[in-house]
Amino acid sequence: MTAMASSQQAISRQQVEEFLYTEAALLDAWQLDDWLLLFDEDAKYEVPCNDAPDGDPARDLMLIDDNHARLASRVDRLNSRRAHREYPHSRTNHQVFNVRVQDVSTEELSVTTSFTVWRFRAGRTSCYVGRYRYRLRRRDGGFRIAAKRAELDMTDLRSVADVAIIL
Amino acid sequence: MSTGVKPMLTRAPDVAAQMPIVVEDPTAQRFRVHRSAMTSPEVHRAEVERIFAKSWLYVGHESEIPQPGDFVRRPVGGRPIFMVRGVKTGNVNVFHNTCTHRGALVCRQESGNSKVFQCFYHAWTFDSEGQLKGVPDRDAYAGGLNFDELGLKRVARVESYRGFVFASFDPGIVDLHTYLAGAKDYIDLVIDGCGSSVEIVRGTHHYSFDANWKLLVENSIDGYHAESTHNTYFKYLVSIGTNLRGGVSGRAIDLGNGHAVIEYSSPWGRPVAKWEPLFGEDARTEIDRLRADLVARHGEDRAHTMAEVNRNMLIYPNLIINDIMAVTVRTFYPPAPDVVDVTAWELAPVNELPSLRQRRLDSFLTFLGPGGFATPDDLEALESCQQGFVSGGVEWNDISRGMGRSPVANDEEQMRAFWRRWQHQMGTAADLADAQ
Repeated sequence: MTAMASSQQAISRQQVEEFLYTEAALLDAWQLDDWLLLFDEDAKYEVPCNDAPDGDPARDLMLIDDNHARLASRVDRLNSRRAHREYPHSRTNHQVFNVRVQDVSTEELSVTTSFTVWRFRAGRTSCYVGRYRYRLRRRDGGFRIAAKRAELDMTDLRSVADVAIIL
Repeated sequence: MSTGVKPMLTRAPDVAAQMPIVVEDPTAQRFRVHRSAMTSPEVHRAEVERIFAKSWLYVGHESEIPQPGDFVRRPVGGRPIFMVRGVKTGNVNVFHNTCTHRGALVCRQESGNSKVFQCFYHAWTFDSEGQLKGVPDRDAYAGGLNFDELGLKRVARVESYRGFVFASFDPGIVDLHTYLAGAKDYIDLVIDGCGSSVEIVRGTHHYSFDANWKLLVENSIDGYHAESTHNTYFKYLVSIGTNLRGGVSGRAIDLGNGHAVIEYSSPWGRPVAKWEPLFGEDARTEIDRLRADLVARHGEDRAHTMAEVNRNMLIYPNLIINDIMAVTVRTFYPPAPDVVDVTAWELAPVNELPSLRQRRLDSFLTFLGPGGFATPDDLEALESCQQGFVSGGVEWNDISRGMGRSPVANDEEQMRAFWRRWQHQMGTAADLADAQ
């Protein structure tokens, strides 16, 4: 790695972390309309099954496989008072760390991070643990999300029941 | 333990024993279920012995283990078992997952391929037909070791129907075909509608929630809740251009032996073979072709039933095959009266065109599963019922809807079929008190 690429990456990581923390804060504040604006029009949001974290949404069963339209419907649903599992909303805490920026090109960068998402509702505590894989696009001095994928480390969903919240 | 004095704790069940749990009154057209069926530890213990140990339970699908030596392990009726395709015979073998020596699990991976299963504790080794093949230091057994007797223990009965493998812990149970009764025709509709050859798609939904398992039985075959509980799903359908006119309409059928089905038309599309906007314009030709194939093979009437009619089917006691906007196979087990563990898969035609498979997967996920637009709200409803039971004050659930008329899909006849069989298998409430 050249010194220049290395310094570019070092700067990127800080910018990326800033961006991911902002995203997490929007989710925790349930500002889902603003959160959706972080995504490009062709973006994907995926959560593979616990027993197939490498799942390919074209072939395999996933837990979530949203294109932008379905993601927008997911947001609409969660904003309504009729998504019964999330009305009233859970209190959540999205935590992002072990951020690694990879494959930096002029257009796009791949980012992997660890995450824990804590969810509290009606006396119940749930904790989701796993790895985020992002593809981010440089846009207007910041980033847009081209893809977000949340791969769960838990062997099943027994401890959390469902993925009704956005990870 | 006998102290000669009955502890006070047994009083409540004695009182419960004075009355039956399921009460059907044909004169008044009322059908009621006592809520202790969902909350009582005594009822739960009796269910484990009288229902889960005495029924045919779904193990898995033959397509999960296509090659000799392929295996999957999972709990069935709460017990760890594994299913392996024998290398010598090609048969589907279902074994208790326990070493015949001192008990450890012999199959400790979720799935894979293996010619041998070795218990890591003392290295006893079994082949894929269950035969004991190796025991370290066997000279130490002065009386000799009978390798034939010490093979892996098979689950008492194993039979399959159209690729669905069932097992029973009851050696005396009727054969699977007899047991399935009227459900066989409906399984045929699902499989033949998929072109006769199906597979389980890779990826499993494993989840749990805090409600009695019988509430999930009811919910899985309940048309009545769809519009109210799943309002946001119907709103989503409208947003993608689906016409909701016509709604959900059809009938409920008791298939015998506790099995039941609702069959109905619906606004949503079906990958085989009812087009909807979600599938995209370019899919119309392919879906029309699939439908024409069904007509050529099965005639217009049966093809219509396969293509346009939905089926939510219960195979008593704990298998659901729902052939709706996609096909899901779902089984569940209660580790406690107020907890249910669910495992759900997607069933699809083999060699399906990639574009159609993609649409099927999309269609499945928008409604079904722990991240879908509907299933989480079902979990909320069922947990809410369970919490309501704890509130007390009301002792009975009412399941009378549609009695005294030819039952439609939004009625509750399909649930009554389940409950009648359940009551029959559980015996009288007085028996239940004795079972403690």
